[in-house]
Amino acid sequence: MIEILDAPLPASFQDVGRPGYRHLGVPLSGALDAGWLAIANALAGNPASTVALEIRMRGPRLRATQPLTVALAGEFSARIEDAAGQSRAAANWRSHVLAANEILDTGILRSGIGYLAVHGGFDLPAVLGSRSTYARAGLGGIDGRSLRAGDLVKVGADATPISLRLPQAPLLADGPLRVIPGPQREHFTDDAWQRFVNEEFTVSREADRMGLRLDGPRLEHDAAYGADIVSDAVTPGTIQVPGDGRPIILLADCQTVGGYPKIATVIGADLPRLGHALPGQTLRFVEVSIEEALDARRQAAAELAECIASIAPDSAGFNLDALYAANLIDGVIDARHANQP
Amino acid sequence: MNPRILALGDGALTLEFGDRIDPAFNAKVMAARDALAALKLDGISDVVPTYRSLTVHFDPLRLDRDTLTQGLLEAAQATAQKSALATRWLIPVVFGGEYGPDLAAVARATGRSEAAVIEALCASELRVFLIGFLPGFPYLGELPEWLRLPRLATPRAAVPANSLAIAGAQAAVYPWQSPGGWHLLGRTPVRLFDVADVARPALLASGDTVRFTPIGHDEFERLATAVATRAIDPVEWQAK
Repeated sequence: MIEILDAPLPASFQDVGRPGYRHLGVPLSGALDAGWLAIANALAGNPASTVALEIRMRGPRLRATQPLTVALAGEFSARIEDAAGQSRAAANWRSHVLAANEILDTGILRSGIGYLAVHGGFDLPAVLGSRSTYARAGLGGIDGRSLRAGDLVKVGADATPISLRLPQAPLLADGPLRVIPGPQREHFTDDAWQRFVNEEFTVSREADRMGLRLDGPRLEHDAAYGADIVSDAVTPGTIQVPGDGRPIILLADCQTVGGYPKIATVIGADLPRLGHALPGQTLRFVEVSIEEALDARRQAAAELAECIASIAPDSAGFNLDALYAANLIDGVIDARHANQP
Repeated sequence: MNPRILALGDGALTLEFGDRIDPAFNAKVMAARDALAALKLDGISDVVPTYRSLTVHFDPLRLDRDTLTQGLLEAAQATAQKSALATRWLIPVVFGGEYGPDLAAVARATGRSEAAVIEALCASELRVFLIGFLPGFPYLGELPEWLRLPRLATPRAAVPANSLAIAGAQAAVYPWQSPGGWHLLGRTPVRLFDVADVARPALLASGDTVRFTPIGHDEFERLATAVATRAIDPVEWQAK
């Protein structure tokens, strides 16, 4: 088991989400950066869609009650403390074997979010096909709430120690977020659209897994349409603009429908970047075509596959073939046939 | 207004029939939903019907966007008829008192008696236009003209689960405790969302119809206990 000693900021269990229930008002949820979730799981020797802890800004401190392997995907500043009180740095983008009673302090994150996976997976019940936490309706995770001190989480049965590392940390792209004009683009003045794609916005303090409210230029609705619509469907990446003209970018935990005009949608390939955005960060937007969006999706999938294929055993003598033979790594690619150092 | 296809990013398309709440649009949405399902396209994750539109969330690397667009345009022509999937529900509600703290104010605001408000609400066969806002939350409509009130000036921080509420032309039952600005008229013992039921977690579906029927406090307690212990099958709430 893993005992949570300290959870200073909300952290939640996330897998690939809960598709198939949005017509019943159930949000998609799932990891804000599904690619990094897959990397964390690959480093932990898990299938790509295994549930992991999604951590924002400051991570929890936890104790292993038994020997187990954890993996860190993200820019943590983690340390491991042994039973004698000796502490050592725990590098990012690799797995770590914890002895019984060792304590992992995941520390402050320099990336917006990061993932902590455990070999064998966290043993949590699936709710509507997913272990992702959705706190507003109390679904998934531990009783549908954020992690807190005192929580005890069972770990999947497999206790084989794993030692894998990613040679090169994945890069988060910068540059403008790519968008496709939204279903209600015509509800905005041309002036508003020009400001949207030419000026800079700042992520406000209202930022969570549901969405990011932006500060910056106000985006004016065309007087002929106004600021309200009869609710229709939204999706993660949707940029909606309420009457005050301040855009809101919706994320994984967003409701299934919304009543504000939608000026644009961030393309699927750029969604992970939104998950990493923190208050104070500036954002810009650029319009792209559907074809460019699909090319970007293919490119992102290829880059992720390449990244995961580059994961290698950390020390000589480690038997990677045995790991594959045990079918512990499935997920997005077949890493065996890819280049290995 | 002709139906049109709108891009909701690169992973979703919206088939829009109109821009207002209208049972005729909603009927077309449901017909299109059924027609699209019959095409059995691969790569679709969610199909979300709303008052006036149908949104398909899909994986564009598995399902060609043009194929889906063609499918939606075809589905848009489906004749709006009573969907074979629609169910009629009869939902028991205890009105007023602690369970419906706004009933008296609604009666005052509409110039009718509390009994007249209850009677009018229960006489209406309401359409499930949309499930949204929260898991299993039904937007029901439409209420008689005289019963349409603006939302509360100050929303409640916590509307109790299972509250029946109205605002504007709409009624709803809150499946979860939640903030809310609608007028609370009563409470139902019926469970609207059950995570244990993977096949049909939400009791109501878009396109269904709902009527409310008044019950007393004793009956409410009896039914609430039966629901909590799962001694009642949800089909009990279907209109006979």
